[in-house]
Amino acid sequence: MASKERITIALAGNPNCGKTTLFNSLTGATAHVGNWPGVTVDKKEGTYKKLSEPLHIIDLPGIYSLSPYTPEEVVSRNYILDEKPNCVINVVDATNLERNLYLTTQLLEIDIPVVVALNMADIVRKNGDKLDAKGLQEKLGVPVVEVSALRSEGLKELMEAAYDACHHYRKGTTILEDKELAHLINDVAIAFRGKGVESPLFHAIKLVELDEIETKMHPDLIPMVDEYKESHKDDIFADDFEALVADARYQYIAKHYASHYQKNEKSEKNSDGKQVTRSDKIDKVLTHRIWALPIFVLIMFLVFHLTFSEDLFFLNRWFHVEFTHEGFINFCTGMGYEGEPMAGLPSPGVFLQNWFGWATGSLIDVVSNAFENAGVRETWYASLLCDGLLTGLDAVLSFVPQVMVLFLFIAILEDSGYMSRVAFILDRAFRKFGLSGRAFIPMLSGFGCSVPAIMATRTLEDKRERNRVIRLMTCFSCGAKAPIWALIAGIGALAGFAGDIFVFSIYLGGIAAAIIFALFMKLFSKDQYVSPFVMELPAYHAPQARNVGAYLWEKFKHYMIKAATIIAAATIVIWFLSNFNWNLTLGLVDIEQSILADLGRVFAYFYYPLGWAQGADGWKYTVSTITGLIAKEQVVDTMAVLGLNEETVLLTGAQAYSFAVYNLFTIPCFAAIGAAFGEQKGKEFWLTMLWWFVMSYAVAALVFGVGALYGVAIWAGILLTLAIIGLVVAAGIIVTRRNKKVVQQAA
Amino acid sequence: MEKTLDQIEVKKSVKVLKIGGEGRIRHHLFDLGVTPGVEIYVRKVAPLGDPVEVTIRGYELTLRKSEAQLISVKEVEE
Repeated sequence: MASKERITIALAGNPNCGKTTLFNSLTGATAHVGNWPGVTVDKKEGTYKKLSEPLHIIDLPGIYSLSPYTPEEVVSRNYILDEKPNCVINVVDATNLERNLYLTTQLLEIDIPVVVALNMADIVRKNGDKLDAKGLQEKLGVPVVEVSALRSEGLKELMEAAYDACHHYRKGTTILEDKELAHLINDVAIAFRGKGVESPLFHAIKLVELDEIETKMHPDLIPMVDEYKESHKDDIFADDFEALVADARYQYIAKHYASHYQKNEKSEKNSDGKQVTRSDKIDKVLTHRIWALPIFVLIMFLVFHLTFSEDLFFLNRWFHVEFTHEGFINFCTGMGYEGEPMAGLPSPGVFLQNWFGWATGSLIDVVSNAFENAGVRETWYASLLCDGLLTGLDAVLSFVPQVMVLFLFIAILEDSGYMSRVAFILDRAFRKFGLSGRAFIPMLSGFGCSVPAIMATRTLEDKRERNRVIRLMTCFSCGAKAPIWALIAGIGALAGFAGDIFVFSIYLGGIAAAIIFALFMKLFSKDQYVSPFVMELPAYHAPQARNVGAYLWEKFKHYMIKAATIIAAATIVIWFLSNFNWNLTLGLVDIEQSILADLGRVFAYFYYPLGWAQGADGWKYTVSTITGLIAKEQVVDTMAVLGLNEETVLLTGAQAYSFAVYNLFTIPCFAAIGAAFGEQKGKEFWLTMLWWFVMSYAVAALVFGVGALYGVAIWAGILLTLAIIGLVVAAGIIVTRRNKKVVQQAA
Repeated sequence: MEKTLDQIEVKKSVKVLKIGGEGRIRHHLFDLGVTPGVEIYVRKVAPLGDPVEVTIRGYELTLRKSEAQLISVKEVEE
């Protein structure tokens, strides 16, 4: 291993064992995050610089085992076996030794140096419990170092032990040696060694467990296991080696390691004799049979209120608070004083957005004025920079402050351990739609902005569920779409429907559609597999500023890089199309003569079945929906540029509804597309795009068709449409259920 | 008497007899420490009646009743 240029140390451990905190403490500002190739599992890397030579640190995803049952487990296993770091630091939560050491027993089977970091040693001491690290070190046969990642205690000792371990070859050991299977494992290991496979012991044990990866890679060795099974049919576990191995590990841990941890006898207990921890006390309230739901609603309300509200704590609505001081209004609104009093206070999210908007707006003004003064404002390059790039980026970047504030709250909820309780509380309701309780947070965030919402799907464990939630995201009307609803509500009187009922039906209809779509996806997914829900509820702890900060910084970087690349490129394309005619002359043309207008006239035929693209103004609506790709505010902006406003929009009720429905469900803005691309990549991403497009087109066509039939009572038409879709889906579900039952009975 | 974990009342302790099911979920349960012989304490049921929260090997685990159904248990007399 000396041939390697730098020393690499991997951190492995259970989820919630404090691994992230340890990683952040070790690497500080050197950390950066990427994805493992092919999977959306975070790959965190950094450098530890406090020893004689810099050590490269890789933070492996949190895992319970090296079985290939989750993407995280596969990534970690492949990394350790294939990339061969110089040493693995196994982070162990000392307050939960038994389950944490289960992974340790597997790591020790690999031919690689291992150092155990006994984390949270300080909490053990605080509880009055006793931990015998020395004794544990003797039993495990590898260095054991007590650390507190939170207080940065014992880190130097840990890294010195790891650095030292890097220079000594270590052969895998197993605790299964004195078990019934020892002979078989030994024989298989010899066979692996004969094949020249590294870490034969680890592979042998996994093969005996008939682990998916191992049996696929070495089918030639399976007969050895089968033969042994034949001859040992009478054992207690019969032929269930999988159970036998897992059981043997836990039994060994209970017998040999657990004695190194002594509970404080005097600690608080409840009537059943079970220990009562601080976490239990918090859970008494937060997951209470009756109070859990109201408290959850309150917490969610606060999060969104602090992020998106223009009237903090309803000071204006309820108490009619107004502010007239000019300086104060400028402070709150980012120099937004216009001679009017300010109604209430902005929330932190809105406050930051105001100032951010002021900064980007000022930048555009400065650049624009500079061109103006030089007398070149009308040139193509000035327009490209000011009207194209900067204006587009301004639209996209204006979401940054609220995205960050929302993520701050999500990070706090996640880091404290509340998020897994949310899944616990809501799972039942969401499972009916093929989703799990965790899906609630990203979906609710979607009403604010799809970008953080799509990024928040990362908290979902199941990939399929992640894909579904991303596809459902457009059902939740984001803030930027509100101007469209306002405009259409304004023409309601002309078109024959009530404005307020219209807006209400868009929001409620979106939710109804999401439920129907979710059922639809569940029904037509290739397999009817519902991802199992078995999850640890980690002990609550105060969120760590360092973890939350690192999380936010990562999201921020992610977003900025995307804004500077994909989104900027797309903005330039739209700018080009709307400012040039087919002669591609350098002189800028009026938007009516632009390529975009001509494309709009062509695409209008395509949108013909949706209603609103019919007639003389049809191309204008078409162009507006296309520029909506830049940002959804652009829909109304473009309409205004093309001369469409509340007086001039001459859509019928059915056309107007169809236009609204199409813009609600269709492909979102570039920022959100970029977020979806970041989470999905490849085929799944294109399927998402297709889904958004096809669904919006189909529903809008349906709404126009049904609406035209039913005339003025358009919203009744929509409800009818939804009801029809609902019935179809329900019928489908009943049929598949019956089929399933038949299959089960046959089996 | 043999029952499955989903049938156990709140605040009762049980001993695991065997784990049914197959493939991933079964192995995942093993990895989380749900092995034959281990004691499980049913702590609470979620507000909507599912999933359940149990204490096992000193930590809190939550699982749906459909998953709990895979776990055969016998009640522990106190």
